[in-house]
Amino acid sequence: MAEAGGRVGGRTGEGPGEGAGGRSGRRSGLAQGMRAYGLIAGMWIRSTMVYRTSFVLTTIGGVVVTGLDFVGIALMFSHVDVLAGHALAEVAFLYGLSIVSFGIADLTLGSMDRLGRRVRDGTLDTLLVRPVPVLAQVAADRFALRRVGRLLQGLLVLGWAVASLDIVWTAPKLLLMPVTVVSGAAIFCAVFVGGAAFQFVAQDASEVQNAFTYGGQTMLQYPPVVFAQELVRGMTFVLPLAFVNWVPASYVLGRPYPLDLPQWAAFMAPPVAAVCCVLAGLAWRAGLRSYRSTGS
Amino acid sequence: MGGGSARSSARSSVRASVRSSVRLYGAVAAGGFRRYATYRAATAAGVFTNTVFGLILVYTYLALWNERPDLGGYGQAQAVTYVWLGQALYATLAIQGGGFEIELMERIRTGAVAIDLYRPADLQGWWLAQDLGRSVFQLLGRGVIPFLFGVTLFPVALPDDPLTWAAFLTTVLLAMVVSYAIRYLVALSAFWLMDGTGAMQMLMIVGMLCSGMVLPLNVFPGAFGEVVRMLPWAALLQGPADVLMGETSALRVFALQGAWAVTLLVAGRLLQSAATRRVVVQGG
Repeated sequence: MAEAGGRVGGRTGEGPGEGAGGRSGRRSGLAQGMRAYGLIAGMWIRSTMVYRTSFVLTTIGGVVVTGLDFVGIALMFSHVDVLAGHALAEVAFLYGLSIVSFGIADLTLGSMDRLGRRVRDGTLDTLLVRPVPVLAQVAADRFALRRVGRLLQGLLVLGWAVASLDIVWTAPKLLLMPVTVVSGAAIFCAVFVGGAAFQFVAQDASEVQNAFTYGGQTMLQYPPVVFAQELVRGMTFVLPLAFVNWVPASYVLGRPYPLDLPQWAAFMAPPVAAVCCVLAGLAWRAGLRSYRSTGS
Repeated sequence: MGGGSARSSARSSVRASVRSSVRLYGAVAAGGFRRYATYRAATAAGVFTNTVFGLILVYTYLALWNERPDLGGYGQAQAVTYVWLGQALYATLAIQGGGFEIELMERIRTGAVAIDLYRPADLQGWWLAQDLGRSVFQLLGRGVIPFLFGVTLFPVALPDDPLTWAAFLTTVLLAMVVSYAIRYLVALSAFWLMDGTGAMQMLMIVGMLCSGMVLPLNVFPGAFGEVVRMLPWAALLQGPADVLMGETSALRVFALQGAWAVTLLVAGRLLQSAATRRVVVQGG
């Protein structure tokens, strides 16, 4: 049994996707993965639409449930004018950036926390024998369109914040906004993939991932000065979520940078995101290679 | 004479049936406890996650109470205590869901609930016992460590009086029953809705806000605050917290919790009989 499991694991080292991509290079492997992702996600959307009432309710629920964080913030500001020196609109700006980036990552890769269950019950084996990259299959597994609610809610708050703040828009600031959103989404995607890789080892301990995804996203909703400096340092240099919004927002809002980082740090989000994605990819590969089927 | 012996045999048969049902539901509760105790890695992960969330919340609360000391009648130490109590009770009271209701909804959707209804045990009582077992495990296995972590690292307001602690533990037990009664109603909605995801999400939203996981309920302003403090969710976290920190009399909290427990359990009973009478269970 162990040997059989070992063989399954060994075969995945090659990666079904790469095997197919080997014929026409890496690019087509990526394209194949994207195509497969689209097909599987489309299938899940059709499946969701069978229970239409539930879909409508959950989508509205998604808007409200993430909106609750903001209700909490608004309730705080019903008692105070500033929180750690920041007005409501500035906190809303941080909040919006955090939610939008997280929302994109959650919509595309939010199902990956189910991987632990698949490893446990052995259904991951099914994904390994299909001629489609495993990452695309796991990412699209139970694709939940209702998660778009979170993204919409984040956009609403971000829009309100930008409208009510007196930001002097310069070309770099305007450019920084979309760059920040995309880089932030990529950083969160890397956290999701890294968390999934961790589940190959941890299996039952999948909830640890929530501390970094949901926990990180919650922390980013508040100005960095609220938190202990060690936490901010960890969020900058260990798990660089600070580049999702804290650092770029400091530039846009003209606020002092966390940890006295240099001014150009605001523009470092894309390379930071790229490094995160590469590391997450390596972690995913290592995790998949270490996979041994339950054999049942 | 004959009547007396009949009465005494009736009494002894009642006693026997009480004893057997205590044994039955006791075994179900123990099973619920053991079932969750099996997943040690999951429990450790939960402890870690609750500790991280506690840390994040504590710093935001400290920033708020820095601006407004004595907000909602709490000092900073009390606000900090509230945070760690919330993390300790979060899984225990399944504030965002996550107990038996997922399984019961799935059984309703697949039709397996028909078998449950044939069993010589009451549906509501069976799941209550199971969920109490889960709650007690979550409190001991998952709640205590984050609480001790927070209490050690931050200034907190805890009582010395063992009677206050006893009253607090009683409120936690009552909160478990209220939490169960809420989720039982949500689970039964699956008889009509089939897919319970929407109802669960609503439960999650209301649970998060109205139990005071986002902010203590005594900080909620105006009439909104007045209403929220009377809802069943106020019996979950705010009640036990106020008893522990001596903010209110224990009897007042017992009354609120008891009233909601009875009301919601009776409502669950009525909904259950409506469901089993009128709804056709899915076959296949």
